[in-house]
Amino acid sequence: MSQIEEVSVDQFKHLVSERALTGETMLLNMGPQHPSTHGVLRVLLELDGETIINCVPDIGYLHTGVEKNMEAKTYQKAEVMTDRLDYMNPLGNNLSYVLAVEKLVDLDVPARAQAIRVILVELQRIASHMVWLGAFGLDLAAMSMFLYCFRERERILDIFELVSGQRMMTTYIRPGGVWRDVPVEFDKAVREFVQMFHKRVDEYERLLTRNPIFIDRLVGIGYLSVETALQYGVTGPNLRASGSDWDLRKARPYMGYEQYDFNIPTRPEGDTYARYIVRIEELRESLKIIEQALNKMPLGPVNSDNRKFVPPPRAEIGVSMEALIHHFKLWTEGFPAPKNSVYSAVESPRGELGMYLEGDGGPKPYRIHLRTPSFDNLAVLPEIVKGHLVADLVAILASIDIVLGDIDR
Amino acid sequence: MGVEQKLGNMGVVTTTLENMVNWSRTNAMWPMLFGLACCAIEMMAAQASDYDMSRFGMELMRASPRQSDLMIVAGRCSKKMGPVLRRLYDQMPEPKWVIAMGDCASCGGVFNNYAIFQGVDEVVPVDVYVAGCPPRPEALIHGVLTLYEKVKGDTFKEYAVKYK
Repeated sequence: MSQIEEVSVDQFKHLVSERALTGETMLLNMGPQHPSTHGVLRVLLELDGETIINCVPDIGYLHTGVEKNMEAKTYQKAEVMTDRLDYMNPLGNNLSYVLAVEKLVDLDVPARAQAIRVILVELQRIASHMVWLGAFGLDLAAMSMFLYCFRERERILDIFELVSGQRMMTTYIRPGGVWRDVPVEFDKAVREFVQMFHKRVDEYERLLTRNPIFIDRLVGIGYLSVETALQYGVTGPNLRASGSDWDLRKARPYMGYEQYDFNIPTRPEGDTYARYIVRIEELRESLKIIEQALNKMPLGPVNSDNRKFVPPPRAEIGVSMEALIHHFKLWTEGFPAPKNSVYSAVESPRGELGMYLEGDGGPKPYRIHLRTPSFDNLAVLPEIVKGHLVADLVAILASIDIVLGDIDR
Repeated sequence: MGVEQKLGNMGVVTTTLENMVNWSRTNAMWPMLFGLACCAIEMMAAQASDYDMSRFGMELMRASPRQSDLMIVAGRCSKKMGPVLRRLYDQMPEPKWVIAMGDCASCGGVFNNYAIFQGVDEVVPVDVYVAGCPPRPEALIHGVLTLYEKVKGDTFKEYAVKYK
């Protein structure tokens, strides 16, 4: 096992100010084991008293080698890796990857599968925002938020378990459609959740939005201008809280998002409070999309009938020898994809999640590159924390909603 | 539930010192707040409303290794994190236990590659492995209760050898 490397100040003196070298300011490590860094992020802080002068995020403590590992697997089997990237948003990652594969091999998806995907991905967005809101409350010493948010999140995970048998890593969205049709109880379960959740969002707002302590700690903290945000490639709610209304669901619609009526919540302030408000509003918009998708959900198949890429249905395998052979071949050898490169992006709860996929004519991807939103959102952190107190850093870090699995991948 | 039913109206209980120490250890085992990846979310869920691990005397997650008895390694451990994990383990006061939560922490899981330790038992000694990717909160609670069974069977003699 390798040891922790001892480094001297010389090796990172270009990152800190000259006052740090004379000992006038203090260098402080926050993390990699710290409850408010939301994972294994290490932040090197240069402090003057309690004021932050410099902030250097050090990532890589969760480097998993996902991109390289996916190259060793066939297109279907590589999908399980995408679940575990951004672990708050497994279905959204599935969707991004599957859209790239479908674009690469030119595969159509039935309308019912599209509606199911939209419902599940929006539920996943709510679940992700629930974890964010709970952890955000926890960091600001509002412990009860954590308990309330996880209570609602469990209801969403129950729905995922109903449709796929797994709580988190479902791998339910597959190239050409979804794993199988949703059970009959799905409609009722989602409707009950939506009905219940409207009231719950109001409840969170009653607890936090006008809470004087909450406002004191957030308003005016961590200002991010829209120019800086665009320079750093910040996307998602963080960008929308700075005034831009860039949302891929509206700007580059995919999966039939253009047929749903919803708004893009934005705020001009660009501070930590605005980022909170935007996410709360997004919860309501997601509920609107879910309701519309549920009402519009057509009947029909949930998988493409292109048997070159989609395995035959289970019922057919029992009676047809050819279907059995076909199923076996598809899962052992995979399907070949053309020599081409595609990029597909979806709006994840954190921003633009892109997959760049390159095929080489074989059954395995030649190269996969992920454009993950948390990476860019973290990159802007040093810009926005300078001049704030350490306690504010906790609030800012919580408000930009990073997931380390998404950054390090 | 408590000791009252067994006491009757005598006010005296007879036991061995080992039993009493082990009993008290199992009822106040403080885990370290140490989430690495996906499993950390399920660990949080195990703490939260629906599953409520505090029923087993574990409501207090400590952020500092100096105050904790149990390390739940929740998630994949990368080569960069390994030394940090070991240092945190070394900082925990004895007696201490480790639960490897999830497939990645137990054996590498789906990530059989250059970046991930194929099981954290390469870095720290593990007492209980919890399978699943990620394990359900019930599975984690079962893992903790399994650890309790193990602790209840410990003897002072073993402790003396283990932590000499």
